[in-house]
Amino acid sequence: MDTLDTLLMAFISIVLINNLVLTKFLGICPYLGVSGRIDMAFGMGMAVTFVVTLSGTMTWMIDHWILMPMNLEVTRYVCFILVIAGAVQLVEMYIRKFFPSLYESFGIFLPLITTNCAILGLCLFVNLWGIDNLPEAAVLSFGAGIGFTMAICIMAGIRENLNMADVPRCLKGAPITLITAGLLTLAFMGFAGMIK
Amino acid sequence: MASNGQTTTTLYKQTLLTGLWRENPVFRLLLGMCPTLAVTAAVKPALTMGLSVIFVLLCSNIVVSLMRNLLKPHLRILMFTLTIATFVTIADLFLKAFVPRMSETLGPYVPLIIVNCIIICRAEACASKNNLFISIIDALGMGAGFTLALCVLAGVREILSTGAVWEIKVLPAWFVPWAALSMPAGAFITLGLLLGLVNVISKKRT
Repeated sequence: MDTLDTLLMAFISIVLINNLVLTKFLGICPYLGVSGRIDMAFGMGMAVTFVVTLSGTMTWMIDHWILMPMNLEVTRYVCFILVIAGAVQLVEMYIRKFFPSLYESFGIFLPLITTNCAILGLCLFVNLWGIDNLPEAAVLSFGAGIGFTMAICIMAGIRENLNMADVPRCLKGAPITLITAGLLTLAFMGFAGMIK
Repeated sequence: MASNGQTTTTLYKQTLLTGLWRENPVFRLLLGMCPTLAVTAAVKPALTMGLSVIFVLLCSNIVVSLMRNLLKPHLRILMFTLTIATFVTIADLFLKAFVPRMSETLGPYVPLIIVNCIIICRAEACASKNNLFISIIDALGMGAGFTLALCVLAGVREILSTGAVWEIKVLPAWFVPWAALSMPAGAFITLGLLLGLVNVISKKRT
């Protein structure tokens, strides 16, 4: 029961309070780039969730069971990025085989998940926060993906309506999106302090 | 021969200036947003970040440019990432050893240079196609442009949120600091307004 509590807390905290996109500024590029339409945003969120769960869990295992016993922490970053690149390759092959239309609409953004800061960022944060058991690392990774999906879908919903708004010309496009993101962050700050 | 020399000099100058303003990575290309937003609460960490990026960009551009003829197309992104990861590890260890406090402030954002789009973008768009010298100039231009953008953003946020620059008070005592600007929300909004400003300026010039 106690472990279940901890896991639930970890999940809620990574989704709402320490949301990677809104409070840690990770994964801003797809957040601004793919959030034009809500269905694409959702697809992107799902792909990221899958990759981040896989690579977060795997990097934790590699870090704790291979690198730490062998004192190879220096090569940590190189190993992490290799795992992520491999996971992205896997997702890419899967989507191309089973959802060709989705694959077409993603275009360049799919391979770019490799350079999505949210994924490497999560692996590093799991390491930095000193998470020492596998279930918690897995839950954190999954929660980070869900948090990313939520943020990008909210943003896409806002932007679909923003198209009809009358924005000053110099603020059109990226600037107004950033300002909207700022206001969204402000709203999410309300969740801070919900869990210690 | 003389005119040839002159054109190469202009080419170098143009490459340098492209990175600084016309294709400024932050303001014009919108690349490398994560560190831009995360470390710009004050000027000091922003400058450290900028210098680390210049170092990594320079080294990775040199290496990629040297091995550009050996690269296989489908493996090149992987090779770029591995090269970059190696140099980021060097930079990270250097910061940990010589400026441990700054390294703590920057936290995971130093290793996150690995996935900074600017570096991969330059490796792909410039270093893998051009010779060593142009790649070096390009890295310096882009790195300087990135650092400049970071420092401008950090300067605005630090002045308005604490009334100081480089931790030295510049605004009079009656100024009420806007604490919100040092928070994540402030980062997004300041960058959005700065981008709007850059749009206005570049429209006037053309």
